[in-house]
Amino acid sequence: MAGNTVGVLALQGDFDAHIKALQKLGASCQEVRRESELDSISGLVIPGGESTALLRLADKELISKLLNRVVDGLPVLATCAGLILLAKEVLNPQQNSLGVIDVSVERNGYGRQVDSFIDPALAWTKEGRLLIQDRLPEQSTENTEGVFIRAPRIKDLGPGVEVLIARDTEPVFVRQKNILASSFHPELAKGQSVVHKLFLSFVRDNESSQD
Amino acid sequence: MEAEPLRLKVGLAEMLKGGVIMDVINAEQASIAEEAGAVAVMALERVPADIRREGGVARMANIEIIENIMRAVSIPVMAKVRIGHFVEAQILESLGVDFIDESEVLTPADEAYHVKKHDFSVPFVCGAKDLGEALRRIYEGAAMIRSKGEAGTGNIVEAVRHMRSIVTTIKELGNQSDEELVQVAKQFRTSYELVKLVAERGELPVPLFSAGGVATPADAALMMQLGAQTVFVGSGVFKSEDPHARARAIVKAVTHFKEPEALLEVSRSLRGAMPGIEISTLSPEERLQDRGW
Repeated sequence: MAGNTVGVLALQGDFDAHIKALQKLGASCQEVRRESELDSISGLVIPGGESTALLRLADKELISKLLNRVVDGLPVLATCAGLILLAKEVLNPQQNSLGVIDVSVERNGYGRQVDSFIDPALAWTKEGRLLIQDRLPEQSTENTEGVFIRAPRIKDLGPGVEVLIARDTEPVFVRQKNILASSFHPELAKGQSVVHKLFLSFVRDNESSQD
Repeated sequence: MEAEPLRLKVGLAEMLKGGVIMDVINAEQASIAEEAGAVAVMALERVPADIRREGGVARMANIEIIENIMRAVSIPVMAKVRIGHFVEAQILESLGVDFIDESEVLTPADEAYHVKKHDFSVPFVCGAKDLGEALRRIYEGAAMIRSKGEAGTGNIVEAVRHMRSIVTTIKELGNQSDEELVQVAKQFRTSYELVKLVAERGELPVPLFSAGGVATPADAALMMQLGAQTVFVGSGVFKSEDPHARARAIVKAVTHFKEPEALLEVSRSLRGAMPGIEISTLSPEERLQDRGW
């Protein structure tokens, strides 16, 4: 089997927290700052941080290869700023994005830092529960914790996007084929992150398909 | 410690890692900083170099200046309060700033107590010269520590001294017995639990950033290689001859701090850095780092 290596975009942001969450689950990680570092990975995390800074720091070569690999089916987990970076449309203010996931997001849609909050019990939707039962049969589908920090709000989504976790009626964790994206920070959750477990199940599939 | 609010505060500090936080005095500078890739801005009335030159009592910035900056950018906005001035902090919290810097750059308001930072929902960053000072601030509720350095001098030597001291002392704790750690806690005037936690983890329980004297991309990368997780640039950007280019260069230097070729590239063709001050020419009253304890 190919090296079980997950790339974590490390231009800026809470890449450390993602690496720790992934290592807890037995994955090995590679920090990604340059285009060549995308070659040997079987999955990619785009962490939280500041989306404006991430856009400025990613050079053309990195973005172009990243897009190619994502379109080719590389499993991706994008959280908070990562979601903003991949969204089709970004509001408040409008800004460029990579447009690979068919959602419209509003930056800081839940407010500034003083409005940041922890929701101790986010509930999986029916689709979310089915996906977990299918991919992680041992995993319980009880509520999971969501840490929202200056979080983006998902305002709209296209027909190819499945909602896995909703808060009230608002989507906060979605999937479009090989891409998982959350407005909250599963990497900051207590204990093991179910979101990361789910992501790693896609990474394993991707590896075995390449063997 | 109240665990939940602290997790949210430290969480925001995590988001700022690998980035550059720039001092700005108006909306225009804030936009330049954001456009250059800053992860946050520090809203000020005067940058440290001017505070140093003009003297007088330095206080929390004018509210209108901070508001204008908050409106101009979408990245987090920080602002400074005087050491111990918890009412300035209450005002900034009501205003909705994203982070408060309880800063030695302003004139201290209290000679005995720092702000009780656990009482606030807004996160605080505090300066430290050594591990003891860092842990006293964390005990009070700081969600981020920055080396103090000597602000407004464009001279990196003090930031280096402080960062080395913090990092080396953390390493030394790892080899010490519980009995010795009890003594360390006494000497540091902080809790044994906190000292023990740092000894076990080999790092602070909150992010460690660097500030005070960064003037060039090389300075910023130096602090990162010494163990800083993010760099504050005070006077270094807007007191230089080419703020736009310098801001972008420092941002890139922090991301690629381990790559000499990238550092060469960003250092190329920058015009003059801010003028520097030799630390030994400062009188004891001019040394900002000795404020706070």
